[in-house]
Amino acid sequence: MNARLRWRKLVSAFMLTMTGVCAVVAVAVLFFILGYLVFHGGRSINWDFFTKLPTPVGEGGGGMANAIVGSAKLLFLASLFGVPIGFFGAIYLAEFSGSKTAFVVRYAADLLNGVPSIVIGIFAYALVVLPFKHFSAYAGGFALGIMMIPITLRSTEEFLLGVPNTLREAAMALGASKWKTIATVIVPAAYRGILTSVLLAFARVAGETAPLLFTAFGNRYWSPGFNQPIESLPHMVYIYAISPYEDWQRQAWAAGLVLLGLILIVNIVARFILARGVAVQRS
Amino acid sequence: MPGSARSAVTVNLTPTGVINTSRETAAPAPMRMTISKVNFFYGTKQTLFDVNMSVAANRVTALIGPSGCGKSTLLRTFNRMHETVRNARLEGEILLDGQNILAQDVTQLRRRIGMVFQRPNPFPKSIFDNVAYGPKINGSKDPIAEVVERSLRRAALWDEVKDHLHKSAYELSGGQQQRLCIARGLAVEPEVLLLDEPCSALDPISTAKIEELLVQLKDSCTIAIVTHNMQQAARVSDFTAFLLVGQLVEFNPTPQLFTTPSDPRTEAYITGRFG
Repeated sequence: MNARLRWRKLVSAFMLTMTGVCAVVAVAVLFFILGYLVFHGGRSINWDFFTKLPTPVGEGGGGMANAIVGSAKLLFLASLFGVPIGFFGAIYLAEFSGSKTAFVVRYAADLLNGVPSIVIGIFAYALVVLPFKHFSAYAGGFALGIMMIPITLRSTEEFLLGVPNTLREAAMALGASKWKTIATVIVPAAYRGILTSVLLAFARVAGETAPLLFTAFGNRYWSPGFNQPIESLPHMVYIYAISPYEDWQRQAWAAGLVLLGLILIVNIVARFILARGVAVQRS
Repeated sequence: MPGSARSAVTVNLTPTGVINTSRETAAPAPMRMTISKVNFFYGTKQTLFDVNMSVAANRVTALIGPSGCGKSTLLRTFNRMHETVRNARLEGEILLDGQNILAQDVTQLRRRIGMVFQRPNPFPKSIFDNVAYGPKINGSKDPIAEVVERSLRRAALWDEVKDHLHKSAYELSGGQQQRLCIARGLAVEPEVLLLDEPCSALDPISTAKIEELLVQLKDSCTIAIVTHNMQQAARVSDFTAFLLVGQLVEFNPTPQLFTTPSDPRTEAYITGRFG
């Protein structure tokens, strides 16, 4: 009996230690990456990094201003394309569709979410790059936008469904039409959640490289407008990191750090918005 | 508080000019709503059987009965809220001032027949915006602040909230929230106000306030209330309908139904032998 108890305590201690170590490892990975990026990239981050164009090999200095602006442009286009589709699609799913349609659309959205990003890049290449015969910001934004659709759609739907039915009834009993109920009660009640999901979708695609390889392509110089090949931060990391030049490698670390910092900020802002209190009272 | 609210009640003359606050149930009141041969189905399951009754103008009509008897379902057909449920089907005729509500535009209809629900369900907006919601979406021409004040006074809530109209409605107590919901319903000046067990989530003091309010509102409004609480029906209503498994067992003036019920099942229910 005593030996049995000892054995049980041993197993318990082992399992507790193991699960604890796994939890620590999960968190540590993030801090390890952060620390590594700061260590290697921190030195290369200076004012020039944000304001100057890349310099030719061997010249030293220079920055990634074009990639930073390029990423902003691409993400702007992606949001313009992906967010409305995800948002209105979610409204249809949550408020109008029957359960069968909703099931099919949800399932499709989940599958789309699982499609490898490189495949989405090929798709955008075939659909936008080939017909116009050149790479462009439009093509890159389109590819990233496609990736934003399922993320926005699914999480917006969740937040809309979280609005209690009693609020829908209250509005409709006052003579509000279905559309008015959605626009004046349901979406305002869920807006924090919706905003959060849009920000998370944004942060998710901000670091994507693969869909941009043969859509936005990359550009060593400024890219005026939206109809020319354009540089982006993740693509810059890719190019610079595999280059044989130490100077470029250091800048790749710096670009990675800037990118990660941006994504972290967006994430934190999103959580902050959501944590400022759930807008809807639950009984 | 009730005194100040009473002084603010705006008396709307009904088309027939009848104003009656007393419970002289013998006096005939004109019918505001007439329900005839109503059958109701959820899918293939029938929940109301051949219900005939009426709602008298400027009176309180109570619907009572045990859980699942169909009283809420019946009430929700009065403003066609049943249509928000899939597979719900209604047969029969419901007249509002002689016109079939099923043939009317549903949003117009619901502006004329307001509804208060079982649980207080204020919007996640300020107190002011809650009350202003109905007039705003309906494009009311009256100055909105006046409508809000008038409605809050009619719901006997004005004195408690007048200094913090822009606070969130969720900061109010449950009873205050329910009176806010009544004010919100009154703001569109409905002819009929439906209440679906409005006190079931409230404490006795809040309940008493709402009951008092209902009696005051009779002057300007026709009221139909579903209640689980027989004493409440006896206290506030002029007419009572007793339902049992989807059938209307008895519909009579309240004093008569509670003192000399004409159906043995009514008697069994009100004396507490079941339910």
